Amino acid sequence: MNTQTSVHRLRARPINLSARLVRLTGRGVVHITLIGLAIVWLVPSLGLFITSWRSPADIAASGWWTALFQPRYTASNYVDVLTARGLGQSFVNSFLITVPATVIPITVAALAGYAFAWLKFRGRDTLFLIVLALMIIPLQMTWVPVLRMFNDPVGYFGLGGVPFLSDLDLRLTGSFVGIWLAHTAYGLPFAIFLLRNFFIGLPRELLESAKIDGASDFGIFRRIALPLSIPAIASLTIFQFMWVWNDLLNALIFLQDVTKRPLTVSINALLGSYGTEWHILAAGAFVTMSVPLLVFFSLQRYFVRGITAGAIKG
Amino acid sequence: MAIGKRKWTSWLYVLPALLLLAVFLVLPTIQTFWLSLHSGTGFSPTKFVGPDNYIRLLTQDRFFLKVDEWPPSGALVNNVLWLVLFTTGTVGLGLLIAVLADRVRYETIIKAIIFVPMVISATAASVIFRFVYSPDTNAGVINAFLTRLFPDLAPIPWLGRADLVNVAVIGAGVWIFTGLAMTVLSAAYKSLDREVLEAAAVDGASGWQIFWRIILPMLSGPIVVVTITMVINALKMLDLVLVMTQGGPRNASRTIAFSMFWEVFNNSLAGYGSAIAVILLILVAPVIVFQVRRFRAEEALR
Repeated sequence: MNTQTSVHRLRARPINLSARLVRLTGRGVVHITLIGLAIVWLVPSLGLFITSWRSPADIAASGWWTALFQPRYTASNYVDVLTARGLGQSFVNSFLITVPATVIPITVAALAGYAFAWLKFRGRDTLFLIVLALMIIPLQMTWVPVLRMFNDPVGYFGLGGVPFLSDLDLRLTGSFVGIWLAHTAYGLPFAIFLLRNFFIGLPRELLESAKIDGASDFGIFRRIALPLSIPAIASLTIFQFMWVWNDLLNALIFLQDVTKRPLTVSINALLGSYGTEWHILAAGAFVTMSVPLLVFFSLQRYFVRGITAGAIKG
Repeated sequence: MAIGKRKWTSWLYVLPALLLLAVFLVLPTIQTFWLSLHSGTGFSPTKFVGPDNYIRLLTQDRFFLKVDEWPPSGALVNNVLWLVLFTTGTVGLGLLIAVLADRVRYETIIKAIIFVPMVISATAASVIFRFVYSPDTNAGVINAFLTRLFPDLAPIPWLGRADLVNVAVIGAGVWIFTGLAMTVLSAAYKSLDREVLEAAAVDGASGWQIFWRIILPMLSGPIVVVTITMVINALKMLDLVLVMTQGGPRNASRTIAFSMFWEVFNNSLAGYGSAIAVILLILVAPVIVFQVRRFRAEEALR
């Protein structure tokens, strides 16, 4: 390798005392830099976290840092946001949105990813390149037409003249079905991409011998490909779950029923009406964060893998 | 590559996915192109105006692009700022932490601390940073610190000043996304050939020399990938701006993606907003080409 030879050409020097001193101060700089950065990264969340456990009077009277030394904490802000401010319902809504919007796309993507990896059909590779390109399309390109479709599905597809159909109220903006479908479609390109790349890495001999033993395509998918892909599917599930749980924009656009708001939309609304009432906002923010943080700390390995792989979705 | 013969049943596996992608992504994208050539209010603008929306955006909309006064301003200019500061901030800090943390015993803790912001929603991060930037010295930690250090200083409304707001929101963005850059670059750094680095150290190369002459060139591949990811994130930046500032004060913190959202859903100008969406698509298009090329190169090796 090129770099290696050029490195060896550098003149060797004995390591003396002064070099060791330099190295020692060097280590000091490393520690100071890292600890400094850690503090900068921790302080913002820590401040809001402590604030969420302080009474409104205390918050107004002194900074949150004083509570580090004179701890006086209360859970009343959390009780308040979960009951009086309606975040309890939003918490339930977030789950009602997120669980189907995670399960459906991964099921659909697993089937498609398997076909793109191991089955033959006309135009397969071209179609896969299109899926790849769709991964980067800004969602802005889709919002207006999709919202029009949700507002009037029958009219959108030009079926207004069909009897019965035109009498039905199929509007999707007030139901969870619309947002499930939207998240499913938006999550598919990345999910298909990831699973296809995982499936194609499976040992070919294994699948071929199953075929020779008389297994059907679907049998191979269900009994061999799926069980072997549990790690990839786990990472993907966590990624999609977090993406939907943390999503504000799609919920804001496609869910127009106030009683069905997820946490992100409710917090955004609270910011509008209680812009500086930190006891409400702090507790609310940590209610939203609780689930992602819990998932992160319990499933860190899968988590980092999933998020890193899907970094450009959106 | 595939097993078995070409069969019509293969289509059943991809059909649900293709249908959903067609209805929610492909058709709407085409419609948005068409919509961008129309004007009117509401979600179904009908008056065909050709390229008028684009011309207006680039020449008359001072919230989108304003160049007749120095310094230039508007969403497009703000996005350039995002591209430069956000990308260098996340990639630079991510690389720094990845390389430094490798040498200490508390590496796992440091990396978890830096990564946690990636986990939470932009909405929650926005609340956190509205608190951090608060001009109330009993709330905002930055102003509390500054006013104690310099007693004569008045608290700075970071999100309320047109000249500071972009840097402030970008700071929050860097706080969120550095963990991502760090994770990717750290994995790449750990896979480097240790012997090369050790040989250089034994030969008397300084830490800086090792970093600039060896580590950086060897990591150029992953750095390019992370940089592209951050460029896309910067171009698509919307939720953080929406929740932190609503594009304000006086529209000073608008980004391209925010402008699209605001014109469509706040001002009910679907055609005009669609033109902004198309501009955004054109800006990310080179990345799509790059992705497809990279994928083809990888497939050729398979």
